[in-house]
Amino acid sequence: MTGPHLSNACIPYLPRGVRLHDDRVRGIRVLLAPERAMQLDAVGDAILSELDGRRSLADVILTLCERYSAPVEQIEGDVHEFIAGLIDRRMVFLSQSEVAFP
Amino acid sequence: MTEQLQPHDIRGNPVRVGLPMAMLAELTHRCPLACPYCSNPLELARVSSELTAGEWAGIFRQAADLGVLQVHLSGGEPASRRDLAEIAAAAHEAGLYVNLITSGIGLTEARLRELDGLVDHIQLSLQGIDAEMADWISGYGGSFARKMQVAEWIGAIGFPLTLNAVVHRQNLDRLPEMIDLAERLGCRRIEVATVQFHGWADLNRRPLMPTLEQAKRARAVVNEARQRLRGRMVIDYVPADHHAAFPKSCMGGWGSTGLNIAPDGIVLPCHAAQTIKGLEFENIRDTTLARIWRDGAAFNAFRGTAWLPEPCASCERREVDFGGCRCQAMAMAQDPTATDPVCSRSPFNARLRAEAEADSESDDVALVYRRMARETRP
Repeated sequence: MTGPHLSNACIPYLPRGVRLHDDRVRGIRVLLAPERAMQLDAVGDAILSELDGRRSLADVILTLCERYSAPVEQIEGDVHEFIAGLIDRRMVFLSQSEVAFP
Repeated sequence: MTEQLQPHDIRGNPVRVGLPMAMLAELTHRCPLACPYCSNPLELARVSSELTAGEWAGIFRQAADLGVLQVHLSGGEPASRRDLAEIAAAAHEAGLYVNLITSGIGLTEARLRELDGLVDHIQLSLQGIDAEMADWISGYGGSFARKMQVAEWIGAIGFPLTLNAVVHRQNLDRLPEMIDLAERLGCRRIEVATVQFHGWADLNRRPLMPTLEQAKRARAVVNEARQRLRGRMVIDYVPADHHAAFPKSCMGGWGSTGLNIAPDGIVLPCHAAQTIKGLEFENIRDTTLARIWRDGAAFNAFRGTAWLPEPCASCERREVDFGGCRCQAMAMAQDPTATDPVCSRSPFNARLRAEAEADSESDDVALVYRRMARETRP
């Protein structure tokens, strides 16, 4: 299966019922969703923490590039793959219909 | 001399105790519906024995401290408790992700608005695709119409919604319409779960057992719909045990990530665990959740893999399914330590399959409802 093609103009956000959570008992960050609890690594946490439902994916990628002093191509690939997987699982929504399915 | 007792399994092997992630809170066994496959035990907890909202609040705090992330408010029908909003608020305040599992019956728009901001997600059960089927299966006239009204309110308030379709021989052929309905209701997910033949469902094996042909078609329907609805709706599918080559990992492994609190405070490793004779269960009213989780004999009995018999002990899947379902082993092999008879490597598997096939060919449509009355389809 190939992931959906994501446009950098889309505005991704965590919909109601999906939220980031500080798991103090295990000392990890998790994404809580219906019937799911997903452990996040530092990269996943950083990406999702940037989703505010206002800024486009392009803005999110640029912010992460600056923070981690990393090239756009690398960050963009990571972000697209991660977000596309969560869109498939209905854990990230897009506020514009910028997602096309091949 | 005091000796620190290490947790050990049913054969005396030491076990490693992890952290629980999910807790099923059965708030009551009361329910207006009478579904013939209800997962509640045959012996239902009495209303007078139910934990109070205050007791639940303490349990939720203990659960969060122990590592539980998600709580499923269930029953019976949780809306049968007048203090549901108070209980949901306590779970929310404890920092838990709150999932409400309901038939919708007993919920009003006003009650749903009370839960707004307290409940993270709602799972609405589906017994059939129209009133004729749903009201027959649930044993409750008018249930389908009310459920559809509740679904509309849920959507209007904005709760994320999952439809829980329980499927069996009588309704499995309508699966495509169930998926369409979930889509029309704006669901993010639909769970399609084949009846598990324990407890009440075991009394209804002949009318409910799906045929092998139905199970194959259902698999194809699910695969097609997953492709078509990708990015719009998630489909979780639990096929019939009897048609699988290997068992499911019950509860993701006994005592590994989940626990269940019965309405009267009994703490269980799985909702059907009381069918296993010889296990002793403790009540949250007598001790703490942490102690039951770590030291409870019932929780430790089947933890890990050291207790497994052959053919499980040398099986490459032992860390995948942990020998399967203990309750199923108890029911068919009369031995809770036996390999799940669902497994193709179990000596009981041929018998299990033959019985399932015979049941699936039955013409019997008389349901034994949860309220123990025997009725036929109108």
